Amino acid sequence: MDLVSTRFEKCIKCTICTVYCPVAKANPDYPGPKESGPDGERLRIKSPEYYDEALKLCTNCKRCETACPSNVNVGDIIAVARGKFEKKKLNPKLVRDYILSHTDLFGSLSTPLAPLVNKITDSPIIKTIMDKTVAIDKHKSLPKYAFGSFRNWYKKQADTQMQFKRQVSYFHGCYVNYNNPQLGKDLIKVLNAMNIGVKLLKKEKCCGVPLIANGFHDKARKNAQFNVKHMTDAVEQFNTPILSTSSTCALTLKQEYPHVLNVDNSKISSKLDFITSFLLREFMNGNMPTLKPVNKTIVYHTPCHLERSGLAIFTIELLRTIPGLKVIVLNSECCGSAGTYGFKKENYEVSMKIGQGLFEQIKQANADFAITDCETCKWQIEENSDLETIHPVTLLAQCLSD
Amino acid sequence: MAKVTRFNTEVLIIGGGATGTSIMRDCALRGITCILLDKGDIASGTTGRNHGLLHSGARYAVTDGESARECIQENKILKHIASHCIEDTSGLFITLPEDDLDFQSTFIDACASAGIDTQRLTAQQALDLEPNVNPSLIGAVKVPDGTLDPFRLCASNVLDAKSHGAQLLTYSMVQSFIRIGDRIIGAKCINTRTNEQFEVYAQEVINAAGIWGKNICHYADLNVQMLPAKGSLLVFEHRINDLVINRCRKPADADILVPGDSISLIGTTSEEIDYKDIDSLKISEKEVNILIEEGGKLAPILAQTRILRAYAGVRPLVDIGGGDGRNISRGIVLLDHEQRDGLAGFSSILGGKLMTSRLMAEMTTDLIANKLGNATQCSTHLKPLPGSITSNKSKTKKTVFTTKAATHRHGETAVATFDQSTKGKSIVCECEMVSVGEIEYAIKQLDVTNLVDLRRRTRLGMGSCQGELCTYRASSLFCDFGNCSGYESSKLLMQFFEERWKGIKPVLFGDALREAEFTYWLYEGLFGASAINQLGEKQQDKDYYEI
Ligand SMILES: Cc1cc2nc3c(=O)[nH]c(=O)nc-3n(C[C@H](O)[C@H](O)[C@H](O)COP(=O)(O)OP(=O)(O)OC[C@H]3O[C@@H](n4cnc5c(N)ncnc54)[C@H](O)[C@@H]3O)c2cc1C
Ligand code: SF4
Ligand code: SF4
Ligand code: SF4
Repeated sequence: MDLVSTRFEKCIKCTICTVYCPVAKANPDYPGPKESGPDGERLRIKSPEYYDEALKLCTNCKRCETACPSNVNVGDIIAVARGKFEKKKLNPKLVRDYILSHTDLFGSLSTPLAPLVNKITDSPIIKTIMDKTVAIDKHKSLPKYAFGSFRNWYKKQADTQMQFKRQVSYFHGCYVNYNNPQLGKDLIKVLNAMNIGVKLLKKEKCCGVPLIANGFHDKARKNAQFNVKHMTDAVEQFNTPILSTSSTCALTLKQEYPHVLNVDNSKISSKLDFITSFLLREFMNGNMPTLKPVNKTIVYHTPCHLERSGLAIFTIELLRTIPGLKVIVLNSECCGSAGTYGFKKENYEVSMKIGQGLFEQIKQANADFAITDCETCKWQIEENSDLETIHPVTLLAQCLSD
Repeated sequence: MAKVTRFNTEVLIIGGGATGTSIMRDCALRGITCILLDKGDIASGTTGRNHGLLHSGARYAVTDGESARECIQENKILKHIASHCIEDTSGLFITLPEDDLDFQSTFIDACASAGIDTQRLTAQQALDLEPNVNPSLIGAVKVPDGTLDPFRLCASNVLDAKSHGAQLLTYSMVQSFIRIGDRIIGAKCINTRTNEQFEVYAQEVINAAGIWGKNICHYADLNVQMLPAKGSLLVFEHRINDLVINRCRKPADADILVPGDSISLIGTTSEEIDYKDIDSLKISEKEVNILIEEGGKLAPILAQTRILRAYAGVRPLVDIGGGDGRNISRGIVLLDHEQRDGLAGFSSILGGKLMTSRLMAEMTTDLIANKLGNATQCSTHLKPLPGSITSNKSKTKKTVFTTKAATHRHGETAVATFDQSTKGKSIVCECEMVSVGEIEYAIKQLDVTNLVDLRRRTRLGMGSCQGELCTYRASSLFCDFGNCSGYESSKLLMQFFEERWKGIKPVLFGDALREAEFTYWLYEGLFGASAINQLGEKQQDKDYYEI
């Protein structure tokens, strides 16, 4: 079976993808999805000499794929080409890319020492040093690590969760595990209120998206195979859906595994679901917890990868079920962070330029806080608009009447 | 009566295909002055409508030893003198389960006696070399086949000949001969674009008009029997094979898959046609089906690959005694009409192959030089063509893709296309990476008069979109570099699409259909292109149709 769906000949050269590419708009050095994707692929088949180093400027946001009327997996083509041809030069930036992308390795090293690590990475001197040495832009704050991982906390919950008759499996991802265990706790609170228990996979590794974005495809593929194995075990044993609270993890498990990493996930693919899609369906089928009215205004930002999955509508409708909540849906635009991309010194400026429109929209809306499904969008929005940004599940958890 | 322009030269060559342009170069290198005429562009005849296979000779080894020997000899020479027109890919002759594996030995022996190197491969070895070859093959033989770009070959011949004093007149058709008694002394011609008449006087006239050679002989009241055999091919959107793939059996329909630059070609069918039909070739649905079905046996991926277009050419076979189009020898036929028919000043060089065009030129020029008393030896087998003088991997800065692609196409002469200004660097054809600089060079230096010629020199419009995105940009460059008015350049645009359309029509399904729809929508729906033809010349100063 040809898992890698990078066939590019459906492309009719309409150039709509390039019009929608946030990077092409902000950075004239980036040739854009049409030229980097289908056009470039055709030339790369003729000779690998036509591989363009500028492809690393792609943020893998997949807005090109959402836009393409011919169903060309433009972003996948670019990601696969990078995996095949990108040369890794041994320099401090490689060290940085390694640190930024190996989220679970550095997460497990940092969580036990979280207060210390957070202090260090936040100190202005260290920020300047990181800027000068490993090219992590000094304007950025590295994500904070939590003191103690989500998995550790869950151990004590496992028994209670087993009591529920209905169960789901939860792929928590690195962010929940190391940076924001509270989101995981919130999820359990919401699902428990709906009489659903939460299982974790026996083991999981980072979904691999930062590895793909930084060109460590082999490591990403290993993670993918590892995760697919454990998800398959879970499905075979318990036949539960597998939920994710990260829009990016969800897209990666479902689409990037077969399309970019050539890892077969067909056995579990239909079981994978994004949390808001699962919740809204439950709500609509009558399983809705009682929610306290909130008299607040929020702005909702659609993460690129949720846009690509076509699931943004579920989050929006879910938010609308919360009584008293005024939901302002922002125009769907990339925030510019794009995972690890915006942390890099060489990308910082472009990243800001891409996000500018979004930050403006947010400032004008005068909301109480922002909602988004993606962790890196959250950092980017908080850093650039001073507006507290939370996950829809966290908001739901806050609305539960105890 | 209007005064008719006259040209005088030692040799008049009729036909700007591979044969004619090779003769032009050979004459020029020997110091013989010559004029070459073609009724269209160079390489617009059969030379531009073939498979582009740089034969090793293996295909003919079993049936026609002499052709095989000619091929391998020219194969080696061309790799040296025309390296920028050639991809030294190697070729596979594969045996499928339904083929007779014993034929392999017959084939290998025949190759050996023609002097063609072969290497027997296991199925697995063949698959390692060419992952897209039919995986059910049971054996393969590797031979020194390659690909030969006919457009580049002709353009380089002309470039070299012109730098040695030769003259090219395209869109110039010979209509009749001027003779005194039993001697031809010149030809009456017409410029097919301006309808202007002119005459060329020469000591020797060479008929290198390929399949049209019969007509040319007819103008001299001579009879030559030609056997027109049509062959059709399909062009695929991208390269699906890196090695030429053949079937190891007696030659048949659709059994060669040739990679060429950014595409692959499957061919050919073979069908005898009436001589009167050689200018109106049609490709039938049946042929398209045969090509897809048989081609799929060489490389199954072909069945899922988008087809860009179809085209057909006519093999210029001279009937020297019966047989169908494919069993007849592809031998070279050089006719000294003085000896054969008692008509001095006239010779014909017919038959042969793209592969053997240099050799055909050498034979013809030897004959003519002898008649003219020129004793200079042929040197076309020794001197590399412009473009192949320094090796393709020269030091030119190739970080920019247009530069890389131009070097791929023009060899070291590509430096002339590297216009570093913002405009010069801009990309016009995104599929094939053609820059404004390259187009300026082609219009000014390579005898380009319209978009179709431009395609032959640069690959503009040969990519996936078949000119949808690039031609309207390119047509305006004819105003900048080619003295066209806005009206004329719009006409060029329409002419180009008419020509492309012919090739797309036979394969109007799937993605090719979607692309054609989109093109139609853009040019007709958005630009109102068909109105261009309704506008008269007089309106040409109005600016609303200056696209
Ligand atoms: C389908 C097919 C596949 C082939 N594949 C291969 C292959 O893979 N490898 C290979 O080596 N060979 C191949 N051949 C053979 C090869 O293409 C021809 O042998 C070769 O191109 C002939 O070149 P030419 O210059 O003799 O003729 P042409 O290219 O036909 O040139 C004759 C020129 O004369 C001009 N002309 C005609 N009448 C007049 C006139 N009255 N006044 C002025 N000009 C005139 C025409 O416009 C034309 O440009 C193939 C042929 C066909 C049909
Ligand atoms: S994935 Fe995003 S950044 Fe990359 S080409 Fe597509 S739209 Fe542009
Ligand atoms: S949007 Fe799709 S069809 Fe249009 S140019 Fe981009 S990849 Fe091709
Ligand atoms: S995308 Fe998901 S699994 Fe991957 S690093 Fe982020 S949170 Fe971890």
